[in-house]
Amino acid sequence: MFVLSGYEYLLGFLLVCSLVPALALSASKLLRPSGGGPERRTTYESGVEPIGGAWIQFNIRYYMFALVFVIFDVETVFLYPWAVAFHRLGLLAFVEALIFIAILVVALVYAWRKGALEWS
Amino acid sequence: MTTGIDLQGSFIKSLIDLGLPAGAAKAVWMPVPMVLMLIGATVGVLVTIWQERKISAAAQQRIGPEFMGPFGLLSPVADGIKFVFKEDIIPAKSDPWLFTLGPIIVVLPVFLSYLIVPFGENLAVTNVATGVFLWIALSSVQPIGLLMSGYASNNKYSLLGGLRAAAQSISYEIPLALAVLAVVMMSNSLSSIDIVEQQSGYGIFGWNVWRQPIGFLIFWISALAECERMPFDLPEAEEELVAGYQTEYSGMKFALYYVASYVNLVLSALLVTVLYLGGWESPIPIELLAGWLGISETSPWLEIADASLGITMTVLKAYFLVFTAILLRWTVPRVRIDQLLDLGWKFLLPVSLANLLLTAALKLAFPAAFGG
Repeated sequence: MFVLSGYEYLLGFLLVCSLVPALALSASKLLRPSGGGPERRTTYESGVEPIGGAWIQFNIRYYMFALVFVIFDVETVFLYPWAVAFHRLGLLAFVEALIFIAILVVALVYAWRKGALEWS
Repeated sequence: MTTGIDLQGSFIKSLIDLGLPAGAAKAVWMPVPMVLMLIGATVGVLVTIWQERKISAAAQQRIGPEFMGPFGLLSPVADGIKFVFKEDIIPAKSDPWLFTLGPIIVVLPVFLSYLIVPFGENLAVTNVATGVFLWIALSSVQPIGLLMSGYASNNKYSLLGGLRAAAQSISYEIPLALAVLAVVMMSNSLSSIDIVEQQSGYGIFGWNVWRQPIGFLIFWISALAECERMPFDLPEAEEELVAGYQTEYSGMKFALYYVASYVNLVLSALLVTVLYLGGWESPIPIELLAGWLGISETSPWLEIADASLGITMTVLKAYFLVFTAILLRWTVPRVRIDQLLDLGWKFLLPVSLANLLLTAALKLAFPAAFGG
């Protein structure tokens, strides 16, 4: 039934774990009070009348971080099989990984110098 | 080397002896470890919340909770009951579906990660071959929930908090994954059970922390940042952003965030235990102790003692780490967002890459000491 053995437990555990939010939210739905005026549902802005919404065009400052993150995350994914099989691969694999990481370190240095790693 | 207690095998065998078919017996067994693990995780959270209050109080020379149950032990339970009765407020301008889905997406992967936490050779929900990699994958799901709730609230504080939370977790995910990678390289396996077994045999001297001191520090710092613990709790920096992405949440949905952050803390401590502090292994190998006391290695009593000692050891080590995390909260000031990102990208990332290459080089030079 399952291609990879052991993963039926993952699926089962996902079902068991989803009981936590399901039970928590439904139990509270039965017990909690409801109602209240429309003021209660206004957006919180330190007690003053909210000015405008938050769904606006917004400068997401960390998008450069997100780009660099994707590069290094993919790098990590490539390195996982290398690390698991390293005891069988020997010196050549070490040199290859060294070259691979060196290329990415150059990319990191470039991003660093270009200021992609600055928040402001 | 004893193989440890085999609850699953004996449970299924006794059901088959009662006349159940093998498939049904296995199906009856399946939810048992899951539910036990879930209950364990929940109790662990309650204990951690109580511990946090007591230790915080001690750090500030107060008494802390003392009236709810003995030593205030029931105060987290009282919290839970209070949360259940609290009104659920969904802001009028928010997106109600995403607003509700956010905390659920945050809490699910954290609980699901307990799948790979072993408390003994056969005392885990299951031994999946991808082990720690599965945990890394699951922990990447959480920022989506944070971003979702930050955006769905339609509140400026929430949006900024959500963005910060996402930036923070992606910045510390790579050092975390690279630190795990160095451990994986030493054990030649991703399975958390194999990682612990590789550290067994020499008692406290076999633990990975001696061979991976840099990795241990990188992992613990990054794990604290992923949990948004105090030196790194910027997304909810209360004097700047009210409560970050949690600003609009109340009642049970807020409680889900609260629980998720503590489950994450305990989980991180458990994973540090598994990866660096020898998991269920005791500081003095149990075979040695049994030899001193003159007990045969195959006696059933030793198996039970071994299993309970394993669970106790795992929990003790994890709670020692939780204790250090709570003390850190009261001794280290909060960092700024640019300092936080600098630490992640300009310090931890290069150091963790160097640590990985160092481990590989040492493994080539001394294969016997680094897992063959």
